[in-house]
Amino acid sequence: MFDLLTAVLGAAALALAAWCGFAAYRDQPTKDWHFIGMAVVSLLAIVQLVIGIVRLAQGDDPRQGVAIFIAYLIGSACAVPVAAFMSLAERTRWGSATVTAAAVVLAVLEVRLYDIWGGVGG
Amino acid sequence: MAESTESTESAAAEPAVRTGLGQGPGRLLVMLYGVFTVAAASRSIYQLIARYDEAPLAYILSAVSAVVYAFITVSLVRGGEGARKAAMVCCAAELLGVLTVGTWTLADPSAFPDQTVWSDYGMGYLFIPIFLPVTGLMWLRRARQTG
Repeated sequence: MFDLLTAVLGAAALALAAWCGFAAYRDQPTKDWHFIGMAVVSLLAIVQLVIGIVRLAQGDDPRQGVAIFIAYLIGSACAVPVAAFMSLAERTRWGSATVTAAAVVLAVLEVRLYDIWGGVGG
Repeated sequence: MAESTESTESAAAEPAVRTGLGQGPGRLLVMLYGVFTVAAASRSIYQLIARYDEAPLAYILSAVSAVVYAFITVSLVRGGEGARKAAMVCCAAELLGVLTVGTWTLADPSAFPDQTVWSDYGMGYLFIPIFLPVTGLMWLRRARQTG
């Protein structure tokens, strides 16, 4: 379950990165549709944070340690919302590029989270 | 008619107003430096508290890099000529740090039982640590010419 969510979130982050990267390439700022995309990805990240904490409370043990696990969960929940606010303030292609960078960072965080969780039974 | 001249005037005046270091391409740099500040800081805090004895040199270097990243992030956000100069010095120090630590980790791996952000020229972080100061210096140079 947790591994599946991690994979979905990683894929969604890459899709968001490609979408906003395309907008930056076409010299466009982020639009309403982009923000809806960011909201969906952010929501997934928050769901992951909640599920992660619930699993910890149920006694599951991440392979590389609880502290690192929680740090990465919080980081991945914050990445896209922070970039969204920055792109609200930057109404140029560079706002789109910023969201792209944050989405790539999120995808990397998901790969690391997969390792940290270590497949303790999904 | 008067309205259209006014709008062209304000459009022409806009670039002069936008001298902030953290705007345009600078916004992307603020984002990346922010990410690396958080990454290096959380990493070094955790390592210094939990496992200081294992690799003190690596962990102290992580902490130093976190401070450098934090300083550049704040300088970019604040803007102004003083901040721009300070950020340039820090970017140069960062580049020097990446090159030194990168060479050091390859030449004498035994000094670094654990990774830092700058190990192997930042390979564990997609080599971004070595591109970031170069991009930063280019942006800060350009910001002076236009601003």
